[in-house]
Amino acid sequence: MTWEVVIGLETHAQLTTASKIFSGASTAFGAPPNTQASAVDLALPGTLPVLNRGAVERAIRFGLAVGGKIAPVSVFERKNYFYPDLPKGYQVSQYVQPVVSGGSIAIVVGGAEKTVRLTRAHLEEDAGKLLHEQFHGMSGVDLNRAGTPLLEIVSEPDMRSAAEAVAYAKALHSLVRWIGICDGNMQEGSFRCDANVSVRRAGEPLGTRCEIKNLNSFRFLERAIEFEVRRQVELIEDGGKVVQETRLFDPDRGETRPMRSKEDAHDYRYFPDPDLLPLEITAQWIGEVKRSLGKLPAQVRREYEAQGVKAGIAAVLTESPANSQFVAATASATRAPLPLVANWIAGELMSLANEKNVELSALPVTPQRFGKLLDRIVDGTVSAKAAKQVLFAIAQDGGEPDDLIERLGLRQISDSGALEAAVEKVIAANAKLVDDYRAGKEKAFNALVGEVMKATRGKANPAQVNEILRRRMAAAG
Amino acid sequence: MHNSTLAKLSGELGAKKVSAVEVARYYLGRIASAKALNAFITVDEEKTLVLAKAADARIAKGDAAPLTGIPIAHKDLFCADGWRTTCGSKILENFVAPYDAHVIGQFKRAGAVILGKTNMDEFAMGSSNENSHFGPVKNPWDTAAVPGGSSGGSATAVAARLAPAATGTDTGGSIRQPASFTGVCGLRPTYGRVSRYGMVAFASSLDQGGALAKTALDLALMLEVMAGFDERDSTCMDRPVERYSTMLEGGVKGLRIGLPREYFNKDLAPDVAAPIRAAIDELVKRGATTVEVTLPNQHLSVPVYYVLAPAEASSNLSRFDGVRYGFRAQGYADLADMYRKTRAQGFGAEVKRRIMVGTYVLSHGYYDAYYLQAQKIRRLIARDFAEAFAKCDVIAGPAAPSVAFDLGVKAADPVQMYLEDLYTVPVNLAGLPGMSVPCGFGAKGRPVGMQLIGNYWSEALMLRVAHAYQQVTDWHAKGPKDWS
Repeated sequence: MTWEVVIGLETHAQLTTASKIFSGASTAFGAPPNTQASAVDLALPGTLPVLNRGAVERAIRFGLAVGGKIAPVSVFERKNYFYPDLPKGYQVSQYVQPVVSGGSIAIVVGGAEKTVRLTRAHLEEDAGKLLHEQFHGMSGVDLNRAGTPLLEIVSEPDMRSAAEAVAYAKALHSLVRWIGICDGNMQEGSFRCDANVSVRRAGEPLGTRCEIKNLNSFRFLERAIEFEVRRQVELIEDGGKVVQETRLFDPDRGETRPMRSKEDAHDYRYFPDPDLLPLEITAQWIGEVKRSLGKLPAQVRREYEAQGVKAGIAAVLTESPANSQFVAATASATRAPLPLVANWIAGELMSLANEKNVELSALPVTPQRFGKLLDRIVDGTVSAKAAKQVLFAIAQDGGEPDDLIERLGLRQISDSGALEAAVEKVIAANAKLVDDYRAGKEKAFNALVGEVMKATRGKANPAQVNEILRRRMAAAG
Repeated sequence: MHNSTLAKLSGELGAKKVSAVEVARYYLGRIASAKALNAFITVDEEKTLVLAKAADARIAKGDAAPLTGIPIAHKDLFCADGWRTTCGSKILENFVAPYDAHVIGQFKRAGAVILGKTNMDEFAMGSSNENSHFGPVKNPWDTAAVPGGSSGGSATAVAARLAPAATGTDTGGSIRQPASFTGVCGLRPTYGRVSRYGMVAFASSLDQGGALAKTALDLALMLEVMAGFDERDSTCMDRPVERYSTMLEGGVKGLRIGLPREYFNKDLAPDVAAPIRAAIDELVKRGATTVEVTLPNQHLSVPVYYVLAPAEASSNLSRFDGVRYGFRAQGYADLADMYRKTRAQGFGAEVKRRIMVGTYVLSHGYYDAYYLQAQKIRRLIARDFAEAFAKCDVIAGPAAPSVAFDLGVKAADPVQMYLEDLYTVPVNLAGLPGMSVPCGFGAKGRPVGMQLIGNYWSEALMLRVAHAYQQVTDWHAKGPKDWS
């Protein structure tokens, strides 16, 4: 019996506004506890929320980027429950009327493209956090994070494997960074996923789902789903029943365990927040945001492909805005054709960046230096092999490509006089190979080329050597 | 001095006939001698005198505004920096506000002096001022009677001449009904006219700050300071503030006064109806005409109000959880127990009742039948007023169904208490401005107020009507015999 896995994700993307969604306090990460909590964030009596326009603008960007519908009127509601990290005793969120509905994300898994539909995206405020370690027998409350703007992005249950879920999460992660609405920092919790997982036998209605909370890495997301699928399948195969519940993933043990069941679920008593007016978004505002949005990754990928970049490489280069910005900056600093630029960035440069575990932009290889180096390949100053040496040298200690080519003595010999002299010497010193070639052994020709390269310590332009040698042998014959 | 109006006092301060410090000391002295009325929760002589001295310096420099040096009593739900702000509740008994409400800031900018914080029904929930953790307020006309609520402390302070004027808030009648019970003028402005920032919320969509004083002119001077746009309150309107005090003349000639059929029926006590009819006759004598209007959904106002106000309150009051500030119960087993005990001990019975009602009407399965249904009726009530205002310029009627009742008589029956709001809550539900103007006396010689209801943003017109009335009558000048 085959099992079908059904997965939907709810993703919380922290928006890149400098201040909170309903107060002027800073959203910067890592400040000492409660130093970024204003009277509003502390929920002092009498304080009121004022919506941050920047948060709405980012929600509109997202809606446009995924092809969703931006609601002309959406409503903030209160989700009521008690917890010490929730200073007002309610979270302001959107419920019945979210700011964005619909839209989709394209993913590629195993070479096949698939579309994951989005249900909605809504604005809400984050809670603070509890500090359990510092205080013996007590818990501390840090409200720096309280009121941080979040966009909760809810997918349809369109994913059928952990791999698809990860591909979706990665595509979403790349998109929100691309459009500049979220910094995507998963360690700091700026991008975190909840996974709704259920299993069913093929053709049957949807099974009972469990929600796995707060997965803050792609690896945890994958492992948590894989574990959860196995758990549910085994449970059902053993004659049991999946209970709808919220579960937590324990990365140390690689398993999910129950947090609360549906029976414990709160009645959140949602109702429209009377302190906030309905959020009205005009067509004009949407138009302004649209004009500022720029190209989206899918569009850039298609453009790369149209200029001859291979599909796989185009995909890699549009994973983050940083990558494609590097491509663009390099392309404008070199005469090299785009496919060459793309191959080098996706190949040598990205593996250098990966080795050092940094972004491309953090390498000492700037687009200007890199573009210059590519020029030197195109104009024949250095061979591809020599160019790699130069690249490593720049990555190691910095420096300008032209200086390094000279210093390392990597300039290709394209001076035909010098090359002809070298060819003469090799012919004179390798009579046997010359005879073999003349006897029809084509292999001997390659050996002669090799000898010339050896004699010039690899700096000879191989195409030129070939040509000279052929001419010389033909003439002598 | 205590029988002076705010306007007169302002003139004397400006002319340096009296200093702000002298005025402040005088009123502080009266407050000290009126402890039996229990009108104030917090008085802080030192802080008051600091402000009075600053006002005198400003007057000396010659840049005084009309309210510079005028001591104002503030309902104890306006946060004032450094002042205890209790909302009449044990849960905030020791809460000292670290910031100024917008209204307080406006008064400070005008150079007014904070005279003290007045007693009130806990979190503004009540119509008699018996629901205060700090004890009931007495009506200065008759200490056996309640002063009305929830701004009972402010109303008593003005009526007993303990302050020239006071702030209040009106969520369901909390300015107009106590103004009526104590024989003072009270104004609840249009929703959105006065910023709610720093005013501890009871029901956000109904709450509106306003003022109590002796005359329409005094209210106009108060409103000029209190009103205005504040970007910290999203429901506050960005709309120019009129110079109300310069718009009072012009009389009522040609004015159409709407008399709602539903306001003059068997629910209205005859001893209240008579002075109100006489007041309307007086306005007609001065050139106004009357027209009968109808508010067909009037009878649904109280039930709708007692769904919506508790719903919002149940959520607004969730922040009082013992975690960050205010009262926290001793001896709890765990977090849930801490919440339970703190809120069980920190809130009074009426507040708990409304939190429970509000929680119920928002619950899964009841939301549509109660909360949503009430919102729909709320729109009908607003529409009734819109239709009425197509036929008239201002509506007149009673502010309360009876004169002030005796302490204790309604305390045990919440529904009887809620019916006190019969004539006032429709105004809040529609977001309209309303006033109560003293117009005589009913049973036991207790005051009666006439309610004026205006269309949106028609405060100037309402004040003009009240002013015209006060030019030809002297009910507003009468004070309780022990205090005037």
